[in-house]
Amino acid sequence: MKTTNFALVGVGGQGVLLASDILAEVGVQAGLDVKKSEVHGMAQRGGSVLSQIIWGDKVYAPLQGKGDVDYLVSFELLETLRWLEFLKPTGIAIVNEQRLPPLAVSSGGMEYPAQETIERALGQATKEYYVVPALAKAQELGTERATNVVLLGALSRHLDVPEKHWLNVIEERVPKKYVELNRTAFAAGRQL
Amino acid sequence: MKALLSGNEAVARGAYESGVVFASAYPGTPSTEILENVAKYDEIYSEWSPNEKVALDVGIGAAYAGKRVLVAMKHVGLNVAAEALFYSSYTGINGALVIVTADDPGMHSSQNEQDNRHYAKFAKVPMLEPTDSQESKEFVGLGLEISERFDTPVLLRMTTRVCHSMSVVELEERKAAESEPLAYEHNPQKYAMLPAFARLRHPIIEQRLKDLAEYTESFPYNKIEWGDKSLGVVANGVSYQYAREVFPEASFLRLGMSWPMPEGLIREFASKVDKLVVVEELDPFIEEHLKMMGIEVAVGKEYFPILGEFNPRIVREAAYKAGLVDELAEVRKVDVGDLPPRPPVMCAGCPHRPVYYMLKKHGLVVNGDIGCYALAALAPLGTIDTIGCMGASIGVAHGMNKAGFEGRAVATVGDSTFWHAGMPPLLNVIYNKSNTVTVIVDNQTTAMTGHQNHPSTGRTLKGEETARGDFEALARAMGYEEVRTVNPLNLKELEEALTTSLESNKPAVLISRSPCVFLYKERPALHEVDLERCNACGRCFEIGCPAIIRSSEIAEKTGKAKAEINTILCFGCAVCEQVCARKAIHMVEEQ
Repeated sequence: MKTTNFALVGVGGQGVLLASDILAEVGVQAGLDVKKSEVHGMAQRGGSVLSQIIWGDKVYAPLQGKGDVDYLVSFELLETLRWLEFLKPTGIAIVNEQRLPPLAVSSGGMEYPAQETIERALGQATKEYYVVPALAKAQELGTERATNVVLLGALSRHLDVPEKHWLNVIEERVPKKYVELNRTAFAAGRQL
Repeated sequence: MKALLSGNEAVARGAYESGVVFASAYPGTPSTEILENVAKYDEIYSEWSPNEKVALDVGIGAAYAGKRVLVAMKHVGLNVAAEALFYSSYTGINGALVIVTADDPGMHSSQNEQDNRHYAKFAKVPMLEPTDSQESKEFVGLGLEISERFDTPVLLRMTTRVCHSMSVVELEERKAAESEPLAYEHNPQKYAMLPAFARLRHPIIEQRLKDLAEYTESFPYNKIEWGDKSLGVVANGVSYQYAREVFPEASFLRLGMSWPMPEGLIREFASKVDKLVVVEELDPFIEEHLKMMGIEVAVGKEYFPILGEFNPRIVREAAYKAGLVDELAEVRKVDVGDLPPRPPVMCAGCPHRPVYYMLKKHGLVVNGDIGCYALAALAPLGTIDTIGCMGASIGVAHGMNKAGFEGRAVATVGDSTFWHAGMPPLLNVIYNKSNTVTVIVDNQTTAMTGHQNHPSTGRTLKGEETARGDFEALARAMGYEEVRTVNPLNLKELEEALTTSLESNKPAVLISRSPCVFLYKERPALHEVDLERCNACGRCFEIGCPAIIRSSEIAEKTGKAKAEINTILCFGCAVCEQVCARKAIHMVEEQ
């Protein structure tokens, strides 16, 4: 049974979970069966976050493994590398241009991966990847908290789902006073 | 109406819809959100009990009183509650009782990956295993009906993936129980398990198991789904969903009720498929039973791993190796070298950090316990020597000190963990006279599982005001003379209290009290590094605070990077300020 598999990855606090809630709900509004999976507990304390969403006419498994993901949406460059092997060779990676050094780099002895390592790895994983300035775009709109919705906008270009479903769900999920900002963020993401 | 719910939310919804009036639990990943969601329904009385044993006793009492009851816990919680599970199997429960056990294959947040299906067999009670959120909801109702009909507690086994994945659920209205629960009647031969009465109960339990074995043949979720009969797959829980994806054409026997097993159905299925395989996470529970029945299992645990959590890829790889599927999708190898890890860390400002920093400084053997502070076992603190289970720290430290070794063992235990399992071992230390110092790291919440109330927060699950447990008074009542309370964010005070406790050479209790950073409305004060004064000695890095980072400025003498404070992360606990010998760290002046 054909499914569309998404993996959203990043660091705790970046809004990965809200974005995955929105993505799951958009699938439901588009009339699809949807499952979504993420790990709670210890992983919440500043660790790396992986959330998976699966759309299909009928979805069985609530998560996927290496080589099974159609769309990898990454909120942070290092986390992209950690989960890159989840991507199908025909898959698409959408990557926010942002570096959040973990403790092992910021106070320990390890180095953050170099730009060329990141570019090379992306090239090895897939033909189609986009490193987008979602953070910069969100900051331009007034708050880096909108980075997640900018990224969803960028993702939405690749999906055959009417824009109204996205906007409906954003309106439902976001506090009222931030709805307009997030609509703008979504539109900006679609242009990236 | 349809809604996207997690398995845990669905269990809570199931309790509501199927007329549960009483629920109890102790928080534990991955089960915590069940009671948090049950608590939203005013129709259900719900409580956090101090531990799972108490939660189950409480639930059993409510069921004796004739009610429909749900009790929830994580898999290792059932170890704590095991004694209650076993007696309630013998007594039966009068009303209805469903016990959720949330197993954790892959150990996302646990000390082991025990397979609690063994408990069903061991305690001679039925077990249900949902595969998604819709079933998680329905199985609560089915479990209550089985419980009423057969006068037995029913285990509902979830796993992390079923608990925390979201899928579509059909919501219904709350309905009253179909059969009115029985009134409580005085019947010591049934409810008072003296040996003479228990002997009368045992044959009843054996008969109940036979009756359940008959029932399980027609349980609606023990079912055969015929496909291509050259391959027959037997699967349970979320493994069924993975196997469905990997073997789209095969015939399936899914076991929604995995104990007792439907032997008739299994034989029918086995006789009609050419090759039978079993796909189950963790132990070969189904496989062994099938083999015992004389059924040939072509592929089981020699290919599908015992270790860890499955996903479709893992199942497919095993199936490929076993020759069950011809194709395996390509995984592109990417060349990224060793990536810096990003494990969970103690938050900036966490009051546990200075305690473990100080214990390390004094070269003590540190027995840890279950909670956020277990992260002190990791670099750069690396303070903790042992972690076992809830409350183990105190008993283990006492044992080490009593046996004698080159060193001094100190127990460290959180507030919620102490109430859970710390009282008997704390009493043991003073009763049997060891020089063990027990440090209660009291951050005034059950932090690890998401900040639940407990017996010394002064609030119940529902947020009602209640009595506050008092560690100091408790220790004194046990006979402790050496009882001290300190603010751990004051390192001098902390060190003095620790040293005095150790030097007393008596049983001692040191309460380190400072709230979890999540309990503050705003952070006290930011700190910054004076780069002129900093000589890059690196001492502030040793406390392992995520807000302290390497700056781009290099000290001439040492060639090392000076420190800098990330003002977004800094909480203002001032521990780094006290650690710095050069007085290079100070509070940021108000603008």
